[in-house]
Amino acid sequence: MQTRFTEDELAVQDAFRTFFANESPSTVVREAERAGGFSADLWNGLAAMGGPGMALPGSVGGGDATLCDLAVVADVYGAHLAPVPLVEHAVAARLLATIGGYDELVVELANGGSLATMALRPLVDGIARFVPAGAVADVVLGHVDDGIVLDRSMPPGDALPNTGGLPLAHRRLANNLISVDHVAWSHAVDEWRALTAAAYVGLGRRVIEMGVEYSRERIQFGVPIGTFQALQQGYADASTRMEGAHLLAHRAAWALETRQPDASRLAGIALLFAAEAARFATDRSMQYHGGYGFSEEYDVQLYHRRATAWILQLGDPSLEYARLADAEFGPVDGGKAA
Amino acid sequence: MDFSFPPEAEAFRQEVRDFLATNLTEDMIEATHDGTMHIPGLHRAMADRGWLAGPVPAALGGGGRSPLESVILNEEMQLARAPIDAMGVTVIVAAILLEHGNDHLTQHVVPRLLDGSSLACFGYSEPEFGSDVASAKTKAEQDGDGWLINGAKMWTTMAHIADYVLLLTRTDPDVPKHKGLTFFLVPLDTPGIEIQPVPTMAIERSNATFYDDVRLDDAWRVGDVHGGWSVMKTALKYERGIAGGQFPSPPVIDAALDWAQTHTRPDGTKPIEDPTVREKLVRALIDVEVCRGFAYHCADLANEGVMFGVEGSMTKLFASESYKRHCRDFHDMMGAEGLLTHESADAHLGGRIEENLRHSPVTTIYGGTSEINRNVVAEGHLGMPRAR
Repeated sequence: MQTRFTEDELAVQDAFRTFFANESPSTVVREAERAGGFSADLWNGLAAMGGPGMALPGSVGGGDATLCDLAVVADVYGAHLAPVPLVEHAVAARLLATIGGYDELVVELANGGSLATMALRPLVDGIARFVPAGAVADVVLGHVDDGIVLDRSMPPGDALPNTGGLPLAHRRLANNLISVDHVAWSHAVDEWRALTAAAYVGLGRRVIEMGVEYSRERIQFGVPIGTFQALQQGYADASTRMEGAHLLAHRAAWALETRQPDASRLAGIALLFAAEAARFATDRSMQYHGGYGFSEEYDVQLYHRRATAWILQLGDPSLEYARLADAEFGPVDGGKAA
Repeated sequence: MDFSFPPEAEAFRQEVRDFLATNLTEDMIEATHDGTMHIPGLHRAMADRGWLAGPVPAALGGGGRSPLESVILNEEMQLARAPIDAMGVTVIVAAILLEHGNDHLTQHVVPRLLDGSSLACFGYSEPEFGSDVASAKTKAEQDGDGWLINGAKMWTTMAHIADYVLLLTRTDPDVPKHKGLTFFLVPLDTPGIEIQPVPTMAIERSNATFYDDVRLDDAWRVGDVHGGWSVMKTALKYERGIAGGQFPSPPVIDAALDWAQTHTRPDGTKPIEDPTVREKLVRALIDVEVCRGFAYHCADLANEGVMFGVEGSMTKLFASESYKRHCRDFHDMMGAEGLLTHESADAHLGGRIEENLRHSPVTTIYGGTSEINRNVVAEGHLGMPRAR
């Protein structure tokens, strides 16, 4: 039992925290948003650090890090709203490495020369809609009835204008079946869930931190607004939920890494809880920033919009609850048949 | 991170499960409907296994079992619907006495608390002071070699079956409130003590206790004269480290799932087929995993010898607030049938959800209200200024 980061995890956290703090300030986030939600400079900087391949095997140029390490990075990445699709890329590249037979491509992914993603939503007539990082990824993995398809094509560059300023795009995927391993696909999507949960924790904690800083400076009725219990109670609730989400996100990553029997369940749980907690935190922080929180000038709105957007890339959260319910209680039709 | 338990802790979990399967009966749980949330037979059987002494540090003469085993014991007992209140308080009082008590208390009282033959209760709150407990005004005055105690305490739950009350008193009214407090362990059969029941809206009863010229030998003093606040800090430390309360929801969720799968609505469908019911059940299961994360985190910190404060507050805040929500959601789901109490033969599973619904409001109040815990988080975790 080790419910705090290990020395190694703290070292990873430290290195990436410094990188993102320096290279992904909100000016970069805003600039990237105007350019379609992606910063090539930031991606290249991340590649120079070994970020894109950190959790790939050393044999293909990766860093041999675990999913737990990746979750530590996802947390920092979320805190800075880094406009690079690190989570999608890492998960897709790991899936391709697991499938095997694409070592040359995986080497390209490990060094960041190629950018990979996963079409999280089912394909309809060969079209994957709302592909995360679909605007910029030249490698897209998709899931069809027969298994996993691999598409390598020029990304469109232009993103669909969207709430979160994300590089979303629809993509037509080549019918290039590379695996019939549905379990591997599910595992990869669960990795996406756990890592996105960790990113949500970074986001939610940071938006509370920003709000608490603001509450020290903002004077109303002659005193800093942070002295008001109404704000304190709201931030304390939000913070409690974020800490609960933090423990869940990293427990899910650990469970997936070590192949625990409840790993998939925990990944689904972690994402739903972390997303809701982060959305609550951004709501509180925006509310306690008053009108300024709503203005474009302040960063809270950047966090608010991304907190809303990230989980919706997977679809309506109700469907995620329904998916977990089916796993827990059996599908509804099954109940009727019984 | 690593969320696995060591093999000996996993073995202990199995031992506890086997023990509860054998020693905890439905009749025992049914008997708590008289309002006393304590099962003497179960308590003694646990004491016989050394489990009461388990969480008390070995350096102090306790069992020195790992905090990881304590959290497992608490978790399994709550999952099995075994009341943990009297046991928790008694063990905490023993730990406090071992840390602050004199030879009389550690040699004559503690062994009886840990072998299951005596029970203790808390005497902190008063009619006029609850959350602001340091303002307690129950008076203890020097009286020759001993003390004379006068005052009243509220919420001395279990006092009617307990042997001792851990009493917070004011020994100096002329200094700042935290500096004039002294603790005593008071035998409840001492002349001058009156115990009156305080019925509640739930099944459980509490008590008000009154102290009228209660004479006490100095041997019953716990810690230094005017040193009560440091004893209080120890009490809170153990309350967060030993006491349970992180898993009130699972028995309610079990009952809700049973209802959802077996009940037929007027339109012929089962609640479990309703997407809104399914989402509520999943949300409750998610909340339980959050509680599990918090509980294991606190146990891990205690195991590493880290003093924690805000983590305990977050755990208690989240567990009790979510429990209250679950009770409401699932009571609603049952409609009018959910209103039936355990006295009705038609009540689902002995009226378990109804009973929890009525019990749940107190959980966000006792042992530190949600508001006080949020203050602790705001000040201790977020560094916000003191606001009261």
